[in-house]
Amino acid sequence: MKLMYDFFTGQLGLDAAGANIAVASVMAVIMFTVMALCAIILTWMERKVAGFMQSRYGPMYTGRFHGWAQAVADMLKILGKEDIIPTEADKGLFKFAPILVLLGSLLAWAAIPWAPDFVAADFDLGLFYIFAVSSLVVIGILMAGWASNNKWSLYGAARGAAQMISYEIPLALAVVPVVMRAGSLNPQDIVIAQQGGIWHWNINPITNPFLFIAFFMYFIASIAETNRGPFDMPETESELVAGYHTEYTGMRFAFFFLAEYANLFLVSMIAALVFLGGWWAPFPGMGWIPPALNFIIKGVLLVFLNMWVRWTLPRVRVDQLMHLCWKVMIPVSLLCVVGAGVWMMAWGQLK
Amino acid sequence: MANESTRVNAAGLFSGRGWHDQDHVPGIKSELLELNMGPQHPATHGVLRLLLQTDGEIVYKVTPVLGYLHRCAEKIAEGVNYKQWVVYTDRFDYLAPMCCNHAYVTAVEKLMGQEVPERAEHIRVAVSELSRIASHLIALATFGLDMGAWTPLLYCFREREEILNLLERISGGRMLYNYMIPGGVRYDVPNDNWVADVLDFVDLMEHNKLPEYNTLLTYNKIFIERTADVGIIDAATAVDYGCTGPVLRGSGVDFDCRRDDPYSVYHKFDWQVQVGRGEMGAVGDCWDRYIVRAREIEQSCRIIRQALQQLPEGSYQALALKAIVKVPAGAAYTRVESAKGELGHYIISDGGQTAFRNKVRSPSFCNLQVVEKVGVGQMVSDLVALVGSLDIVLGEIDR
Repeated sequence: MKLMYDFFTGQLGLDAAGANIAVASVMAVIMFTVMALCAIILTWMERKVAGFMQSRYGPMYTGRFHGWAQAVADMLKILGKEDIIPTEADKGLFKFAPILVLLGSLLAWAAIPWAPDFVAADFDLGLFYIFAVSSLVVIGILMAGWASNNKWSLYGAARGAAQMISYEIPLALAVVPVVMRAGSLNPQDIVIAQQGGIWHWNINPITNPFLFIAFFMYFIASIAETNRGPFDMPETESELVAGYHTEYTGMRFAFFFLAEYANLFLVSMIAALVFLGGWWAPFPGMGWIPPALNFIIKGVLLVFLNMWVRWTLPRVRVDQLMHLCWKVMIPVSLLCVVGAGVWMMAWGQLK
Repeated sequence: MANESTRVNAAGLFSGRGWHDQDHVPGIKSELLELNMGPQHPATHGVLRLLLQTDGEIVYKVTPVLGYLHRCAEKIAEGVNYKQWVVYTDRFDYLAPMCCNHAYVTAVEKLMGQEVPERAEHIRVAVSELSRIASHLIALATFGLDMGAWTPLLYCFREREEILNLLERISGGRMLYNYMIPGGVRYDVPNDNWVADVLDFVDLMEHNKLPEYNTLLTYNKIFIERTADVGIIDAATAVDYGCTGPVLRGSGVDFDCRRDDPYSVYHKFDWQVQVGRGEMGAVGDCWDRYIVRAREIEQSCRIIRQALQQLPEGSYQALALKAIVKVPAGAAYTRVESAKGELGHYIISDGGQTAFRNKVRSPSFCNLQVVEKVGVGQMVSDLVALVGSLDIVLGEIDR
């Protein structure tokens, strides 16, 4: 970031405002590219992981080596699809919904610190901002379900809205103890506070057992937040056909698809930076590993965990999902906040 | 925990005050949402159409609409001769065609008074039970899929593939076999170690694969939450609606044609009829029907093992059999326990080359009707579970 800023001011002679805009533009392009790329890679990964779980191979032909180009080929195919809008649909909302869903996760990507000096939007309310903008996804899903003028879509949207709004509460509550410990909402500060190897990460149960519980609360809530099995209520392909995106085709469908995987990686990255030390290497002597690589590996491991859960467990019913959220996860998360606070006061860890 | 709300709603529905009578929001007209589940819907296992009246997630009325797969099979029976119609029975329950073949040929044999060689009976029992295992595997798999569990589906299909390979070796077909004929079976057991391979598979299934399904799906906490105490069919309802097979046994009624109305050589073998015991919830819930199927796979393995180990030498077809089967005038009804339940064939013959009338009593058709009663007051997700647990096959319902 600093380097890029210096390049624009020094080499190209831009003033401070111009350089800031230039840096932001470059970062936006990079983030969008990384997001699209990551969605494509995760699609392939999901197929391979699913195959691995189900004693089969998954894609094997496209691109010769383990079907690495399958997701690319699918994207190309989907580009050529006819764009169908139902006659009775609310056209404006129908077109806007996929963009809003993608926007929700893309905006949140801006505040992710990839490396000590590589974060698109480095500001003090970063974590708060991430949770705030990722709520846009709910509105997009509701819009899609309503505008499609399809009863199954409406069912999916109503379920999705109820689920995602509910699960945002334990999701946000689970990171509160970490914020208390780091004394900052800035993701970069939270990562820096975990310096010094695996035992300094927030997940370490010896430093603070409540943070350890909070990690699992966060992980479960994040599965629900990304609408993936066993909490894939908005889609529930065996009940609601395809949920809120039943009527979508072509690129509009691809946007939902992209957003799902972007969101999946987003929540995994947040878990990595909040609980697993972000871009720090697990052991002090491993400083030679690029920080961004550390971070991505942690993110991908969490994504793998997420896929593992998805391909193992059956789906819960919508009322059981709500029961789990309001009667189990929110009380436990609140307990974590209180417990973590008391623990920190008792051991003098409070900043 | 989850069923309190559904039960309250169901109770409210029958207490005389219907949904329409309630003034939900003053001044705003509210009505039930009419929802078409099917004929193209992933949860209806084919081209079944369920017409739902729902209020949000609660179902107030279910009406099954049938006929999307009607192929006039019974009418065709009046036009083709007895041997030729075996092909059409394959297409009834295409997940367990051997059982359907068996049901038809026993009816024809009863009309003819035809004796079947002992060896043929043993082979018939073995392939029917293999078919039953294949069908029950699909039932477990698709029921799991209805509950959102993908991986058990692939596992079950993996084992079904083995069965299809075995049946291909004996009959030449992978899905539709046309294997049994009045008076015997079409081909003898192949001499490429088939019997040993079947016995190996049965051992593998019983000792290795079933425990795997149990750990992955059967005793999974989420799966139990979704299926226990859901879609309860009590014994009286099951009997009233003419449910048979695992649906009836899941409701705790101890009845199985193979034991209670013995046909073929089932009486020679040592096995047990499995009934639902309400281990996870009330007797007759979806989990009971599921576990009855899982345990029947085990029993089928036992039957196959005995049938093939005691396989007698001799002919596999009655020697007197000609190309065209001559059937004396008369009528006969036989029933066999197919994978889905009691499959009956009622044949009226006027002494000609074709049947005068051939009526099929298909288990899926009767089992499905119970949805209309039990589905009311359930949530949409539970209705999916109920339909999945009935394990219907549309080819058999519409014929």
